[in-house]
Amino acid sequence: MRKTSTLERIRLFGRAGIDVVATLGRSSVFLLHALLGRGGAGKPLQLLIKQLYAVGVMSLAIIVVSGIFIGMVLSLQGFNILSDYGSEQAVGQMVALTLLRELGPVVTALLFAGRAGSALTAEIGNMKSTEQLSSLEMIGVDPLKYIVAPRFWAGFISMPLLAMIFSVVGIWGGAMVAVDWLGVYEGSFWANMQNSVAFREDVLNGVIKSVVFGFVVTWIAVFQGYDCEPTSEGISRATTKTVVYASLAVLGLDFILTALMFGDF
Amino acid sequence: MSAEKQYAVELKGLSFQRGDRSIFDNVDIRIQRGKVTGIMGPSGCGKTTLLRLIAAQLRPSQGEVWVNGQNLPTLSRSELFDMRKQMGVLFQSGALFTDLDVFENVAFPLRVHTKLPEEMVRDIVLMKLQAVGLRGAWELMPDELSGGMKRRVALARAIALDPQILMYDEPFVGQDPIAMGVLVRLIRLLNDALGITSIVVSHDLAETASIADYIYVVGDTQILGEGTPDELMNSDSPRVRQFMQGTPDGPVPFHFPAVDYRDDLLGAR
Amino acid sequence: MQNRTLEIGVGLFLLAGLLALLLLALRVSGLTLGSGNDAYRVYAHFDNIAGLTVRAKVTMAGVTIGKVTAIDLDRDTYTGRVTMALDNAVDNLPLDSTASILTAGLLGEKYVGISVGGEEEVLTEGSTIRDTQSSLVLEDLIGKFLLNSVNKDQAN
Repeated sequence: MRKTSTLERIRLFGRAGIDVVATLGRSSVFLLHALLGRGGAGKPLQLLIKQLYAVGVMSLAIIVVSGIFIGMVLSLQGFNILSDYGSEQAVGQMVALTLLRELGPVVTALLFAGRAGSALTAEIGNMKSTEQLSSLEMIGVDPLKYIVAPRFWAGFISMPLLAMIFSVVGIWGGAMVAVDWLGVYEGSFWANMQNSVAFREDVLNGVIKSVVFGFVVTWIAVFQGYDCEPTSEGISRATTKTVVYASLAVLGLDFILTALMFGDF
Repeated sequence: MSAEKQYAVELKGLSFQRGDRSIFDNVDIRIQRGKVTGIMGPSGCGKTTLLRLIAAQLRPSQGEVWVNGQNLPTLSRSELFDMRKQMGVLFQSGALFTDLDVFENVAFPLRVHTKLPEEMVRDIVLMKLQAVGLRGAWELMPDELSGGMKRRVALARAIALDPQILMYDEPFVGQDPIAMGVLVRLIRLLNDALGITSIVVSHDLAETASIADYIYVVGDTQILGEGTPDELMNSDSPRVRQFMQGTPDGPVPFHFPAVDYRDDLLGAR
Repeated sequence: MQNRTLEIGVGLFLLAGLLALLLLALRVSGLTLGSGNDAYRVYAHFDNIAGLTVRAKVTMAGVTIGKVTAIDLDRDTYTGRVTMALDNAVDNLPLDSTASILTAGLLGEKYVGISVGGEEEVLTEGSTIRDTQSSLVLEDLIGKFLLNSVNKDQAN
């Protein structure tokens, strides 16, 4: 093989940069087309309900189970550390704030990307490879409206709901461990929590985070599916990309959002 | 315009590139109304691409695509969707919607584009299914059907809106002889009974030659030859003859273009 | 019918989400509706506000009656000016009440405690509490303590 010259490396680097920008542009146009413009076919509400079921309801089990366990673990760990300072009763505050501000939105988004995001990508990719998307186009139905838009909205709506459910069951799991098992006084557990959790700053900011994550994860998932190479390797690669990109995007965005919301700027 | 009456589809000076590779270079094709036109050529020469160009799923790099008197590349996205209602495509895989049963698959175009009452939809769907001989299978899901049956259901769906132009993408690939015979008969039958313009893209020589009124042979970015099946069989052009008779080496080379064999083996030393 | 179960499932899911929001609001963050707007502002100047933060509680007799909304430096007097929003229901605080910065527990958060004065006139929107007690700074205390013991040693 020929040795790659420095110039060639720079060219490849530039090429990669152009590809990234091009993909960003394509995915933005894709999203605009899917969400704006002429209405889709069929009954949009019916399609949305079907997707809400596939995306939201089907993710519920994993979210609830993970939420309970994470809440219990937080409570256990928090209790161990806080009892060194004699402030076990602050465990409620710790569990609630951790879940509401960070773990609720972030872990839900990661699980959501793995469960619903990959499924969306694979489903749309499969439709592409079996020419169902082309076939819709030929019937005169815009697949962006009929296939992509309902799935996008379903993800966008489901994600904050799932995150809130995650936080609630997590707090409940934490309370179970702290109050029933470790013997923290129930009154101070809840009172401490209520004193330190502010609705607007903590709960709403967490919800805003999960809305942003829902937008990004679903966007990546439907775009990867729509843009994938219509072969079985192409679909599996796109599915992997969805999970990797979505997870990275969630973690990166989480830092930015946290800095904006809780950092003192 | 008489030309518009005679030809359902006209490609004028059409060029198409994918990346740096040229797929078509200045190609002219005219497809007569009410006839079965075959588009043939070796695999990978861009036959399916040609179909997608006619269906405006791809945009040509250059040239005009006239369908029923409208130049597709100049139409807007929503005008295209309206235009496509006049066309039906039978895709290679059938492309049935996997989450709908046979009945709903055929009913889909009707539900989307018309506001017909339910009984009427039912009647039309059953008529279309009867035409392809699968009325009894209306309750089945697509994954319960064989490949040939899937293609026939897809055909019923493609004709649900009574299109003027019907395109078939490799309809004979991977079919057993019986299914193949059924499809050949159906294509001819639908063409004659409904007065549809049919375009069959295929590399299956015998089947295409048996139903096509007129054939274009494409390859190497060009139209290699055109004419009725008989004319092509006795063509002077060596390339057309090679394809029609299926000889392995000839003007279409057996070897993929490469540097000189001797240089390649010795050059590395 | 298949559609029905689908719709019921989605309906339950949406309800669960809303219920979760409600629980977070009422049970977890202790949100009480209708508070927030009906408050009046009172100022207090402290020599040292060390550690007091915005959103800290303002209490009287251990009962929370408001919160700190802003902290800034008064350029003329070089003191820290703390703005507090007090609940309108508590509109009978005498003008000479004392505000002090206290700590909840040894390592707990700082809050403002108000002890009642004796004057007839009451605090209203925009009034300033003059009698203040600054935050207890641990370093100062330790410094004083050490100085005392050194002095004692020398005296002996």
